[in-house]
Amino acid sequence: MSLLEIKNLHAKVGNHEILKGINLTLNAGEVHSIMGPNGSGKSTLAQVLARRETYEVTEGEILYNGEDLLAMKPEEAACEGVFLAFQYPVEIPGITNAYFLRSALNAMRKYRGEDEVDAMDFLPLMREKLKLLDMDERLMNRSVNESFSGGEKKRNEILQMSVLEPKLAILDETDSGLDIDALRIVAQGVNAMRSPDRAILVVTHYQRLLDYIVPDRVHVLVNGVVVRSGGPELALELEDKGYTTMETATSA
Amino acid sequence: MSQDAVIRELAQQEYKWGFVTDVAEERIPKGLSEDVVRLISAKKNEPEFMLQWRLKAYRHWASLERAGAEPQWANVKFPPINYQDITYYSSPKMKPSLNSLDELDPEILRTYEKLGIPLQEQNRLAGVAVDAVFDSVSVGTTFKEKLGELGIIFCSFSEAVREHPDLIKKYLGTVVPHTDNFYAALNAAVFSDGSFVYVPKGVRCPMELSTYFRINAAETGQFERTLIIADEGAYVSYLEGCTAPMRDENQLHAAVVELIALDNAQIKYSTVQNWYPGDKNGKGGIYNFVTKRGKCLGVNSKISWTQVETGSSITWKYPSCILQGDNSVGEFYSVALTNNFQQADTGTKMIHIGKNTRSTIVSKGISAGHGQNTYRGGVKILKDATGARNYTQCDSLLIGDKCGAHTFPYIEVKNSTARMEHEASTSKIGEDQLFYLRQRGLKAEDAVSMIVNGFCKRVFRELPMEFAVEAQKLLSISLEGSVG
Repeated sequence: MSLLEIKNLHAKVGNHEILKGINLTLNAGEVHSIMGPNGSGKSTLAQVLARRETYEVTEGEILYNGEDLLAMKPEEAACEGVFLAFQYPVEIPGITNAYFLRSALNAMRKYRGEDEVDAMDFLPLMREKLKLLDMDERLMNRSVNESFSGGEKKRNEILQMSVLEPKLAILDETDSGLDIDALRIVAQGVNAMRSPDRAILVVTHYQRLLDYIVPDRVHVLVNGVVVRSGGPELALELEDKGYTTMETATSA
Repeated sequence: MSQDAVIRELAQQEYKWGFVTDVAEERIPKGLSEDVVRLISAKKNEPEFMLQWRLKAYRHWASLERAGAEPQWANVKFPPINYQDITYYSSPKMKPSLNSLDELDPEILRTYEKLGIPLQEQNRLAGVAVDAVFDSVSVGTTFKEKLGELGIIFCSFSEAVREHPDLIKKYLGTVVPHTDNFYAALNAAVFSDGSFVYVPKGVRCPMELSTYFRINAAETGQFERTLIIADEGAYVSYLEGCTAPMRDENQLHAAVVELIALDNAQIKYSTVQNWYPGDKNGKGGIYNFVTKRGKCLGVNSKISWTQVETGSSITWKYPSCILQGDNSVGEFYSVALTNNFQQADTGTKMIHIGKNTRSTIVSKGISAGHGQNTYRGGVKILKDATGARNYTQCDSLLIGDKCGAHTFPYIEVKNSTARMEHEASTSKIGEDQLFYLRQRGLKAEDAVSMIVNGFCKRVFRELPMEFAVEAQKLLSISLEGSVG
């Protein structure tokens, strides 16, 4: 059984249809990349998978671990192992980053019927992951994402991912706003997460992230549908020729 | 289930302090007159000076009432109050004098236990001395003897009038005179009990002092009066909590609190106000019309007010500081939450009289449901207050789209050396914030609670440790069911 099966997915915001019949299958252990021009529906797909309620699914289905993902609330999907690294991480003033992350971990542990982790036990785990991402521990005592730089916010997302250990990780334009050094560190963090029982979906506009996180499959999304799928070489082809050729291919 | 549904479900949670204690009560007939004032005074065995003071206040109040001078300026709406339809004195029947709190009516002891404030020797809260006020009377004060060893007086107001008349004569009405406002005049005429604290020179009070106010009887008003004096170099931290049963009628609570800090003294006054807020349609609830003011009389003195206001159907309250002594400091930290049909018009006044006086105001208003939340603040720098400074931060958080937040800051500066800072913000709990937290596994209600607690953090930090956790919980409960 595949970890994720998306079948003929249609979704809209208001009256505006954005996804127009997506089909995609992702197995545990695989890394796939979704590429496409601005407005093609990449982020919408990521948000629908994370169960954001502002997007209305009008047709199709999503099976996650064989279960109906669309029947889950965002927190249920999260507790079942779906993680979204946000393109624009949100600020939560007055709540420390450490407290937030521990609360998230404990919410998931509770869901699975496991004991909660207290602050003392959480500390070593957090430190280990911080080191991996070359992050300053002081960031943990600041309010969640508040006055973080763009790069710090993105690293913070990957930190959360490595602590929460999802089964399906979706990275929504995690590379945007990162300089080359930060990009390398983030990619390192993601690669460390690759495992036979985890799938990763990398949503990106540019090919450069895929130099560091080499995907098993690349899907090109244009105007709400997957127009092409292929191996990592497809990303390079896109880099070379741009999206325009594919757009014309679909409209033809 | 959508976020709206989650919120609605949460909102259905009941006010869990709404029970009524079945206890024999002694009450006087409804209505207010000179005779009623005399009767209250007689019931309390008060000395003549106290009766005269009450009568003066009553006459003033009666003239205000005839003139229709009930304050109208607050941003709250309620039908006219019939002051002749209220009982001004009600007390549980009990033995005239108790040798120990263990002799108290077991029903009353159980009530306080249920409220989480055990009064009996063996299960008292460690480190907190409690004065328990039940309707119109103080039913007991814990740790009195222990505090007495340090010369600290902590007792009911009635007892103070009898035992320490000199202190009462010297300070009563010096911060909030009976002519101050309509409700303060009413309180001065009919106040029945409350707490009295005196901390002598150079003494640092070793435990939190606290009063727990409980309205139990129906159709009565509660009019307590609290007077706290910190003598030179003294320190005291005081906390009050309040609850009331759920009733369909509105009940009036008009208290007065006066604080006096002499040279180098410090008073920290914290309130967790959780009077019955009315039901989700706005029926019933307490009218909380309270005058609280502190006077920093001495040099280098400091008064801080911290309040968490989650209850009452209407709150009208402005804990203020008169900064008379040079270098004195006034602080006001407030969280006010209005849900369903609650209304709050609350804030503070900082009156800078002395040189180099400093004040800080941090106000956090949260509106949910149809709640209306108003911050009203006045900062006055008088002519001689050279070097005065004020910092005001006033933030509003809206939950849903049927509530309101209003801000009325008044600033009056008569000395050009003053430095004033004012920051204000209004924000809405965003769908993006909720989604972010839920995507990390938090339930919708926990997500709301986390955002609100973060918003209030600056104020919670000021609460005594024991109560900060309590306040956070209270806030979550009061908010439940409020987000859309």
